[in-house]
Amino acid sequence: MTKIRRLVLDVLKPHEPNALDFASALAELGADYRITLTVIEVDKKTESTMVTIEGTDIHFDNIKAAIEKMGASVHSLDEVEVYGTELT
Amino acid sequence: MTSTQNKHLVLHSLRAWSIARRYLITNGFDGALTMLGMVTGFHASGMTELPVAISACLGAAVALFISGLSSAYLSEKAERENELRELEQALVLDLTESDYGRASRYLPMLVALANGLSPLLLSMLILLPLFFAEQLQALPSPPFINAIFVALICIFSLGVFLGKISKTFWLWSGLRTLIIAILTMVIILFFGRSL
Repeated sequence: MTKIRRLVLDVLKPHEPNALDFASALAELGADYRITLTVIEVDKKTESTMVTIEGTDIHFDNIKAAIEKMGASVHSLDEVEVYGTELT
Repeated sequence: MTSTQNKHLVLHSLRAWSIARRYLITNGFDGALTMLGMVTGFHASGMTELPVAISACLGAAVALFISGLSSAYLSEKAERENELRELEQALVLDLTESDYGRASRYLPMLVALANGLSPLLLSMLILLPLFFAEQLQALPSPPFINAIFVALICIFSLGVFLGKISKTFWLWSGLRTLIIAILTMVIILFFGRSL
């Protein structure tokens, strides 16, 4: 069995919610989630962002659903760090 | 997650509140001025049949309510849909189930209610002296004058509210709307007397 420890996502989001609210909403999804959000580019209606999520057991589906709920979309999964929990 | 969802909906609602506030004042002013005009007209024409005057004013109040409700709903819905479509195109995403999609569905109703209820409630307030004319017989002034007085207070209060929003001197803002109301009355009385 594996668990996700770190994810780097390329996310396209509207201006609202702003970066702070957006990152806070994602941080609320897990007790030990740490979120780093970097705005890469700002357009008229959207912002391209790089979202880094760190935690001991990240649930990607929940993250993706929350992102879409806020009107944003995951463009690509740029980096992952996964670890095994049982020795074979 | 639930608190976060609510927070985003509250953010959307706050944005809608500023729009609703604008509609509230615009249509509230419409309603108060319409009632002031009607009551002044009845007084100028020497109308003594209170039930007739009340029916006419109620008819106008209901029409203002329906007009405010439907016009704000239709225009706000169109605006929201257009905004949502533009955002969907920019994001290349279907936002129907997102907070944006939900907000674009329920916020026009909220704004429409504010736009419809403001003239109706203000009209009812102005008509109170006519409804309770019998109970207010002890007052030295006739019911129409009492209603005009209430209308002027309502219009002055709307001006004060505007002043609070724009953070300008409340008294000046209230007096400005009051001057508009008095000017309206003068015009109506002028035409009422010349007919």
